[in-house]
Amino acid sequence: MPDKKTVLIIEDEIAIVRFLRTSLQDNGFLVLEASNGKTALDVSAAKKPDVILLDLGLPDLDGLEVLKGLRRWTSVPVIILSARGQEGDKIAALDLGADDYLTKPFGVAELMARLRVALRHAEKAGRPENPVYEHAGLKVDLAAHRVWHKKKEIHLSPLQYELLAVLASNAGRVISQKHLIKEVWRESFGEATPESVRFVVHQLRHKIEADPVRPKHIKTEPGIGYRLESD
Amino acid sequence: MPRERKRPEPEAFLPEARQDETRGVGGRLKIFLGAAPGVGKTYAMLQAARIKKNDGEDVAVGLAETHGRRETRELLDGLEVLPRRVGEHRGIKLYDFDIDAALARRPGLLLVDELAHTNAPGSRHSKRWQDVLELLDRGIDVYTTLNIQHLETLNDIVARITGVIVRETVPDSVLERADVELVDLPPEELLDRLKEGKVYVPDMAERAVQSFFKMSNLSALRELSLRATAEGVAAVVESYRRRQAPEAIWPTRERLLVAVGPGPSSAKLVRATRRMAAGLHAEWLAVFVDSQAQRLSETARSSAIDNLRLAGQLGAQTLTLTTRDVVEGMLDLARQRNVTKLVVGKSARQRWKEILRGSIVDQLVQKSGDIDVYVIRGEGPAAEPAPSALAKKPETPPWEYVVAAGAAAAVTLLDFLVSPYLALTDLIMLYLAGAVLVASRGHRRPAALYSILAVLCFDFFFVPPRFTFSVSSGDYLVTFVVMAAVALFISGLTVRIQAQAESARLGEMRTAAMHSLSRELAGTRGVQAILDVAARHVAEVFDSDIIALMQGERGALEVRSASGAKRELDEKERSVAQWVFDLGQSAGLGTQTLPVVNALYAPLTGAEGPVGVLRVQPHSRERLLIPDQMLLLESFAHQIGLALEVDRLQESARQSQIDAETERLRSSLLSSVSHDLRTPLAAIIGSATSLLQDAGAPLTHKARELVENVIEEGQWLARLVANLIETTRLETGAVALRKEPGSIEEIAGSALGRLEAMLARREITTSVPPDLPLVPMDGVLIEQVFMNLLENAARHTPEGTPIAVTARAEKDRLIVEVADRGPGVPPEDLEKVFEKFYHAKGSKGAGLGLAICRAVLNAHGGRIWAESREGGGASFKFSLPLGEPGAG
Repeated sequence: MPDKKTVLIIEDEIAIVRFLRTSLQDNGFLVLEASNGKTALDVSAAKKPDVILLDLGLPDLDGLEVLKGLRRWTSVPVIILSARGQEGDKIAALDLGADDYLTKPFGVAELMARLRVALRHAEKAGRPENPVYEHAGLKVDLAAHRVWHKKKEIHLSPLQYELLAVLASNAGRVISQKHLIKEVWRESFGEATPESVRFVVHQLRHKIEADPVRPKHIKTEPGIGYRLESD
Repeated sequence: MPRERKRPEPEAFLPEARQDETRGVGGRLKIFLGAAPGVGKTYAMLQAARIKKNDGEDVAVGLAETHGRRETRELLDGLEVLPRRVGEHRGIKLYDFDIDAALARRPGLLLVDELAHTNAPGSRHSKRWQDVLELLDRGIDVYTTLNIQHLETLNDIVARITGVIVRETVPDSVLERADVELVDLPPEELLDRLKEGKVYVPDMAERAVQSFFKMSNLSALRELSLRATAEGVAAVVESYRRRQAPEAIWPTRERLLVAVGPGPSSAKLVRATRRMAAGLHAEWLAVFVDSQAQRLSETARSSAIDNLRLAGQLGAQTLTLTTRDVVEGMLDLARQRNVTKLVVGKSARQRWKEILRGSIVDQLVQKSGDIDVYVIRGEGPAAEPAPSALAKKPETPPWEYVVAAGAAAAVTLLDFLVSPYLALTDLIMLYLAGAVLVASRGHRRPAALYSILAVLCFDFFFVPPRFTFSVSSGDYLVTFVVMAAVALFISGLTVRIQAQAESARLGEMRTAAMHSLSRELAGTRGVQAILDVAARHVAEVFDSDIIALMQGERGALEVRSASGAKRELDEKERSVAQWVFDLGQSAGLGTQTLPVVNALYAPLTGAEGPVGVLRVQPHSRERLLIPDQMLLLESFAHQIGLALEVDRLQESARQSQIDAETERLRSSLLSSVSHDLRTPLAAIIGSATSLLQDAGAPLTHKARELVENVIEEGQWLARLVANLIETTRLETGAVALRKEPGSIEEIAGSALGRLEAMLARREITTSVPPDLPLVPMDGVLIEQVFMNLLENAARHTPEGTPIAVTARAEKDRLIVEVADRGPGVPPEDLEKVFEKFYHAKGSKGAGLGLAICRAVLNAHGGRIWAESREGGGASFKFSLPLGEPGAG
């Protein structure tokens, strides 16, 4: 295995930390731990981890405060750990620059998938992008602006393509409604609403999904946004 | 055609408090004011109403008198006219305004002609302006008409100008809350119209009409109307100035106090003071001084209290003062209340009394110090009180005269027996002793009768020559005069002492009754106990049957306490009570509203409006109808109302403390449950999945099965906890819905995706039309509804059976169905399944999943229900309102 990646777990619940530590070490990560916000900021400054798991409910600082503190000086990928029903906090965290989130309870497979995606995106940053996304029969050539589904080329409207392209270049990560509006509509984002996003996604699904009610590619994260599935 | 002049909005210059009162809840009143009949008020009103109707307002005519004039009648075409009330009075059919029909119809704007009209006997209110006030209180706008001569404070001026006394009057306060539109017609034109027969003049003899419609009268009335309208304009300007620089222009506030007595002269005094107060923009008080030294008769007292009521209606704060020294008492009161001007009538005493005792006015002026005293001329005989319907009690029962005559006979007989042994002067003494005895019964006239009889008997039986009225010596004439004078004087004195004692006794009784009520109320807690105490006290003091009503949980009045046999109210009595409660005014026996019923209904009024109603049915009407008793009853009702309110405030303070405590407990429980249950569950599930993933040490088949079991059950438990927390949050209102237009297709897809593992071995069919509109909803919560329904279907149906998810739009709502082919739900349980902790037979589960579905949908304004499916199985359906078109 090439150089081991370092994960910083910021979490105060020992039971959770224990299972995270074991699973991560088994999967070949180096593990750092911090049980409160202050230590977390110190450790991340001193040890410069490759990825951070951040629990939103910490005893001293609010998880969002920790995230703000981190984002002042580092763009290290941060994955939020949170409970169900905290959609407002999740959106706030994404807006503050978190990369993704995991809702407790989650399984190890889910955790590893999120970590992989986050690390891949962090590596890609600054390097020329892999211009082709391919997953389960859907292929998007970001350089050529072309899309294939089951080997057949599909024609999309400019908005549909832009939206799919944003999701594809962030494959595997959740993208918030707000972020999509900003990236897809750009200058004219003032005219777009969450309904506009819903509408375009709806059209897209009817073109690229076998059953739009049970999508295989573009997954909905209720209350948050969308995620394009990846390997 | 009439020319119209507009007066500015009266709200602009009404006192602030009044403004809020009238603008906030009540309807708006517009009065078409005219100087005399025939100027075209009804015409102007109908025209204005037609314009409103064309503007799309909901206009109805409660009553409009066209007096057969064609052009007026034509204006009624196309307007909705409500039926009139048909009443009968002395065999004559009367068609009157029907307030109940108007309230049932509830138009936005109602036209009611002739504000000053007196209603037929048996109507709810005795006056039409009271009907109008009720309409306004209930939020209906009213247009009405009024002639200037019917205005309360101008009433006597108009009478002086025209010589016609108008008995139907409207309080100025009604005009003040109205938007007034002057309907003006020059007198010449009015007289022309009269000649042409275009003016309808009600209830006036031909001669009266002649004398009323004179050029001079009409000009004077017109001037009065113009001035009344102009005063409104001046008031606007002044109130504006006052707002601009309150200190500079209004350095001090004037406060007037008027002393009110019995009789029409006092009523005039009240009206004069009201005009003065209006001119000065001053507050004013009216006091009835109940002199202990000179007690008034019941009729006089009743008349005085009527005058006090008049003052109250005209906007004064009213007080009753019981004192020995009228002058000192009044000045003390004036100083206490910071009164700057004192208004009194010219003394009504006969000249000789004034010389003897000094006039009250003189004393007031002498002792008033820095208070200005205004003396206003009274008119006519002062202390001749108008007979009041309330107190027709005869002054002296006839048998008192018999007693007096009998006493004279008895003393004569006694004198006759002892005359052989005593001198004539001693016999006189016995007669005088008799005078004291008769006078001590408390009646002045029988005592006087006795005095005269005594002198006559003495003369006839004892003065020589005996048994004749002739007198032998002139000396006896002096004896007779002195004897008569002394007898009269003694009896007068005795009667007065008696009266004072009686007055003191009554006063003491009142004070004692009030005191004992307040003392007992102070020591009573709880609405029921307070009402019981109140009912008992009122029943005792007023010798009546009492029923106390309070607002029940559903808003209707309920009988809460009763003393006496009657414990239930019939429909009609209930509606009277409700009326009293709604408007906060007394009604029934002894009031102006529904005086014909056999009980008095008084509101129990706290500081924040009525809290209940007291029904008082006296055993003897006369006892209750004495003005003193009515006033006392009002004080009682107020006292009880305050006690109830204080109790309610204490109760609600206690309750909110408990609520806060409960809420604190609940939210701490919620957060500890959410944290303490979720964290270990997350660790259990995470750890178990970690075991499955561990590539270094693969699990045996058995271990793998067990671990999978741990994960599955752990996840089930996690969803249960989530449901539990959501239910609690929804029920306590701790969660605010984050509603935004969402796609049911997406939400269904997301839920199906999350439950993929659980539904893996089933055939899932979905039918969601691609063109469904977006629905306002909280996506996270609706996703949970889907998950709960799907999980419910998966748990209660055999593995392998299909589940169908369908959605369709219907008019204004979206209907979603999750249907299975399982054993179905027993028909009697179709409702119950949504109850918390419902368990289907032989199934495990906390019975929360469907309960939370219902809570979520209720919060969305939607609905969820279960049906039995044709061909077997259960179908769960929910509907969501689509919201306004275009919003999604």
